[in-house]
Amino acid sequence: MTALSDVSTHAMASARWRIGEVAFWILALACAFLFPSRYLIMTDIVRLGLFALSLDLILGYAGIVSLGHAAFFGVGAYAAGLLALHGIINEPVIALVAAGLVAAALGFVTSFLVIRGVDLTRLMVTLGIALLLEALAERFSDITGGTDGLQGIEMQPILGLFAFDMFGKTGFFYSLIVLFILFLLARRVVHSPFGLSLRAIRNNPLRAAAIGVPVNRRLIAVYTLAAFYAGIAGALFTQTTALASLDVFAFERSADLMLVLVIGGTGYLYGGLIGAVVFKMLQELFQSITPQYWLFWIGLVLVVIVMVGRARIHRWVLFVPNLIIRQFAGRKAVVAVPESEAS
Amino acid sequence: MASILTNLFDGVAYGMLLFVLACGLAVTLGLMNFVNLAHGAFAMAGGYICAVLVNNSGWPFFAALPLAFVGSALIGIALERTLYRHLYSRSHLDQVLFSIGLVFMSVAAVDYIMGSSRVFIKLPAALEGQIDLFGVGIGRYRLMIVVICGLLTLGLQLILAKTRFGSRLRAAVDDPRAAIGLGINVPQVFAFTFAFGCGLAGLGGALSAEILGLDPYFPLKFMIYFLIVVTVGGSSSITGPFLASLLLGIADVAGKYYVPKVGPFVIYTVMIVILLWRPNGLFGRTAAR
Repeated sequence: MTALSDVSTHAMASARWRIGEVAFWILALACAFLFPSRYLIMTDIVRLGLFALSLDLILGYAGIVSLGHAAFFGVGAYAAGLLALHGIINEPVIALVAAGLVAAALGFVTSFLVIRGVDLTRLMVTLGIALLLEALAERFSDITGGTDGLQGIEMQPILGLFAFDMFGKTGFFYSLIVLFILFLLARRVVHSPFGLSLRAIRNNPLRAAAIGVPVNRRLIAVYTLAAFYAGIAGALFTQTTALASLDVFAFERSADLMLVLVIGGTGYLYGGLIGAVVFKMLQELFQSITPQYWLFWIGLVLVVIVMVGRARIHRWVLFVPNLIIRQFAGRKAVVAVPESEAS
Repeated sequence: MASILTNLFDGVAYGMLLFVLACGLAVTLGLMNFVNLAHGAFAMAGGYICAVLVNNSGWPFFAALPLAFVGSALIGIALERTLYRHLYSRSHLDQVLFSIGLVFMSVAAVDYIMGSSRVFIKLPAALEGQIDLFGVGIGRYRLMIVVICGLLTLGLQLILAKTRFGSRLRAAVDDPRAAIGLGINVPQVFAFTFAFGCGLAGLGGALSAEILGLDPYFPLKFMIYFLIVVTVGGSSSITGPFLASLLLGIADVAGKYYVPKVGPFVIYTVMIVILLWRPNGLFGRTAAR
């Protein structure tokens, strides 16, 4: 009995909102007013952050390495595009949820394939599913528009009140609010007993099964949830840019996403969001230096991160923020490197 | 009938090419359990080495092929000693990230040095055109590929089964700790095997420039094919990946010829089904320990 209450107090304590977290969201909101001319790229960052959050749910919390997460992004993007194009659901918020549900349905179906086998099989199956969908989208070009993508998507005002403007202001606030709501949900999920059991599975599936965690059912559930998140991110992409083309399924998108998560760190929810900011800034920087060959530098960053060691880099990155927090709050680091990295 | 046989032959040639390209990966991924998505980069290096030698320096094609092998093997061993070596014991995620990074770097670097358009290697006149064998048209170039790759496969099988190095490699793979205990220099065996696999990939890249096309995106485009060969073929012997490459080659050529619209679709579906049915590969004993 005491052990149980220990676990619950510990879980409750770790689920409490910290000053750093509040500051993070205030900062995110402040960006909207500080850089009014950069709405488009900030929307990009928010979207990428949501997408990375989705991968973090399965990679950082459940330990599933996926090379084809773009599959769900793409399905969400096309679903939102088709819904808007054919006027089936005109209201963006409902369309967003609908697109997320379509992606979640796909995630649920494919999760049965993914939970089988070891890392390598999972890599191959996830990659295969993304490639399969890309091939399908190319094949049924009368529906998807083929390589040209979906043309002529017109978005209706959000909730019938806020029209999308050409500077992307509405789009940015819309994306930020969606991200915040989904973040709250994810935060609730990972701090729940369900989230704790996921971490148990990540650290040792056999042991988790031995103490009575239904491993496969938990994995299916979180995979479906992550697919829902990725679908929403894809739908946001279509809704804010009014286009959807074949490259939503591209392997590069899945690979970039891994980089985002690796920069920010896996296994804590802010990793994806911080990673998205850093990744986009790096990308901007490299693209301004060498417009054509920025891929080289992105690759170099990946290699260096792995060679130096992910855990070590996160300690360096978090050193300054933690120092500041310690000074002001006078207690231990708020954002710590998760005790055990996914392996 | 004749066209079916011609297609079959093309498929066999394509499959054998895939085997030479991917068998190095069978060792790193299957035997050493290292997820190396950058294998195609070594193949691309070999292809470009051959292209530069033949087109710019005027070397004969057959003299450039061994150099493609040597060049890729050297690059392979340099990277193995400096980078790969440190990652053998890391998690699969680290290996994936690292090799994706390498792929990105190689793509951009080749794009920078050689330009982004497709490169063709000038072939000797003897290899062009078709010969007629019992009414079946057979491309000379493809015939040469079948001969070279067939000989290579035989050679590899002999090396692995009959030589001292082969038995060392098998021992190192079966149980590295016991092998070290018996005085086998396991890191050296792995390094040599890695370099040899890279060399084979380079040779395959040089041979495939004519058939698969050679451009900076080669490693990304064919990554999935190499992975399919290894995961479907398993890694307990050379025969598994060999049969898997032949199957893949024939299926791909036939798919593109007879059902052009669903070709890639069929391959990915078959791959997923096989992986679900036999997670360790069709012919495999174990793909990941």
